Amino acid sequence: MQDRILLAHGSGGRLSHDLIEKLFLPHFDNPILARLDDSALIELETGARLAFTTDSYVVSPLFFPGGDIGKLATCGTINDLSMSGAKPLYMSASFIIEEGFPLADLKRIVLSMRKVVEESGVKIVAGDTKVVGEGAADGIFVNTTGVGLIPEGVHISGANAQPGDMIMVSGTLGDHGIAIMNQREGLEFASSLESDCAPLQGLVAQMLEASLEIHCLRDPTRGGLATTLNEMAAQSQATFLIEEEKVPVRDEVRGVCELLGLDPLYLANEGKLVAVVPPHAADGVLEAMRGHPYGKGSVVIGQVLSDHPCRVVMKTTLGAHRLVEMAVGELLPRIC
Amino acid sequence: MCLAIPALIRSIEGYRAEVEIGGVKRVVGLQLVPQAKIGDYVLIHTGYAISVVDEEEAQETLRLLAELAETYPDEIP
Amino acid sequence: MRYLDEFRDPKLAQGLIKHIWRLSTKPIRVMEFCGGHTVAILKHGIRQLLPPTVTMLSGPGCPVCVTAHADIDKALALAKVPEVIITTFGDMVRVPGSRGSLQEAKADGADVRVVYSTIDALQIAKRNPEKSVIFLAIGFETTAPTVALSLLEAEAQGIENYHLFPMHKLTPPVMKALLDSGEVKLNGIIGPGHVTTIIGSNAWEFLPRHYGLPCVVAGFEPLDILRSVAMLVEQAEGGRAEVGNAYPRSVRPEGNRVALAQMEKIFEVGEAEWRGMGTIPQSGLRLKEEYRRFDAVARYDIDPGPSREPKGCICGEILRGVKRPPQCRLFRRACTPLNPVGPCMVSSEGSCAAYYHYGGEDAR
Repeated sequence: MQDRILLAHGSGGRLSHDLIEKLFLPHFDNPILARLDDSALIELETGARLAFTTDSYVVSPLFFPGGDIGKLATCGTINDLSMSGAKPLYMSASFIIEEGFPLADLKRIVLSMRKVVEESGVKIVAGDTKVVGEGAADGIFVNTTGVGLIPEGVHISGANAQPGDMIMVSGTLGDHGIAIMNQREGLEFASSLESDCAPLQGLVAQMLEASLEIHCLRDPTRGGLATTLNEMAAQSQATFLIEEEKVPVRDEVRGVCELLGLDPLYLANEGKLVAVVPPHAADGVLEAMRGHPYGKGSVVIGQVLSDHPCRVVMKTTLGAHRLVEMAVGELLPRIC
Repeated sequence: MCLAIPALIRSIEGYRAEVEIGGVKRVVGLQLVPQAKIGDYVLIHTGYAISVVDEEEAQETLRLLAELAETYPDEIP
Repeated sequence: MRYLDEFRDPKLAQGLIKHIWRLSTKPIRVMEFCGGHTVAILKHGIRQLLPPTVTMLSGPGCPVCVTAHADIDKALALAKVPEVIITTFGDMVRVPGSRGSLQEAKADGADVRVVYSTIDALQIAKRNPEKSVIFLAIGFETTAPTVALSLLEAEAQGIENYHLFPMHKLTPPVMKALLDSGEVKLNGIIGPGHVTTIIGSNAWEFLPRHYGLPCVVAGFEPLDILRSVAMLVEQAEGGRAEVGNAYPRSVRPEGNRVALAQMEKIFEVGEAEWRGMGTIPQSGLRLKEEYRRFDAVARYDIDPGPSREPKGCICGEILRGVKRPPQCRLFRRACTPLNPVGPCMVSSEGSCAAYYHYGGEDAR
């Protein structure tokens, strides 16, 4: 393991995973944490199941096309809870603010958060505010922690994928990652390319109505689709086979990727999900996804197999197969 | 570092050109291809155009390859 | 996207693949010089689609990989100078030197910034007049002219705090050195498409003439690469050795004269040290006398410290096409992109990184 923390340790790829597995897990060891899903799954004595999650947001720039750090934080936590099938209920919001931060900007962020909680029905019930000296925070850092209830009959985990399951995504990939790059690198777009940041609890609810047999759900944030699929493949001890020509990417995103030598599979998404669904339920779930405003572009991109356990393989447009590895190192400067 | 991408020149001002690829616009330097005009496709490498894409040659290559593909019946791999 | 999508057409690719299968009767060993080609070949799974008669070997065409260990150490030493801002292309930051990488030096407080273009580096110099901005000038003939332009620009604008650490290398000389060593037996070479856009396909005439080797220059899309393999197979089967051009939409016999002229204004040819190949005469670019004041190494009297080559790393043999990454004992074990031992695992054009990320033969 490295002997000092690098920026890459926060970017969600191999280095982050290493840190979790070699430092945090062994010392905080308990079966709930060990599952390493997006949310912790807590079973109460009454039989009710809670999903519980926390996230910190250190994105720079704070305001970007399609959102800001407040929208990102609230959607992020709502989505983490939703990915375990839970109905997100309550959230806390903590702010670490740099001295000198404009009040108008703080208000913008708060209003952004309000919009999301109103849309999603979640209530912010606790919070904290700290102010640090100039230079000690990049304007503002936000932490959101959330709790939700998992309905009966819902058993979703990255470890539940079975050979034969269909792999689906709810829309185009890389939009958020590129919107952030746009801001940072000063690129311009012929059409406005925005972050896809969105709260997905409604989409997930609609999917669960179509079928309770959804095996896995995850939102491909840091590290992109590639990292998310690798995580699930490892947890499920299965192979995830996807087809290059089925992976939906917008032309503008492709254009930027070509220019900068990036791979859209590794770009962050803040309003998309990956679903792994048994074949007999796939059509119904896909239809439910397409029927929701946040899932209109849903497509099947691949299937779960059993021949290369814990790997993600992609069939290229030429028909050959190649590996898709987890992200390594810093992909983009802090994106969420 | 051999990465060079074809982009369309939309406008030129002196040695700077605004080029477009897949809807994304970028400003690049044309010092190495002074003959480039608006409407040309140029190969961009680290912020500079290194050659003008010869569109006739490109079409000719594709034509040859299409002809070649036709001499082989469609088989399911 | 025009001039990209059409050259990825799966139907046209199938035509070329079938053509290669039909033509190829004799085993041939083909080297793709350029790291970018190695990556494209693995990314699209091209090797799996070719007949077993065609063996493909990777060459030394990865500028980050062939940068000498001692030069990495010099860059690290420069990074530690308080007034210095190091600007560099991305991959260089993760290459391990004798005492850590530039990325680690950055975590320790050195000012190291990744740029996409020398234009960005020049901007940083303008915005930080009290600092010395050093650009790590790696790359082959594709990149050298763009770096030359940045120096001319700095001169024109009177930017005195922009410096270069010149490490550019030339491709025909290293090709000669590789062939002269007799270490690797080849029947054909896939020429680097963008280097040749600059130097012109005539620059490769020495291959058929002095070595009896066919050379076909290729672009980087799947159809370009497949076409060059088909043309090499055609030549091998027909007993011919010529320079072919599978990238005529960009490559011309005389190359880009304007670009070459810019290079010649700033740089002169000298010997260079290549990782894995030692010193090769007339294979690198250094600043001409009248531009020596922009030379970062001349400017700072730095002591890079003792050089410690990474143990067990066979990057050299991989760059010379003698071995493949899976044959390295460290591959995927001690050496991964997360914990790289040598640069081939770090660079976006490195063979080892490409085999790691795309699986090589493993993903069949």
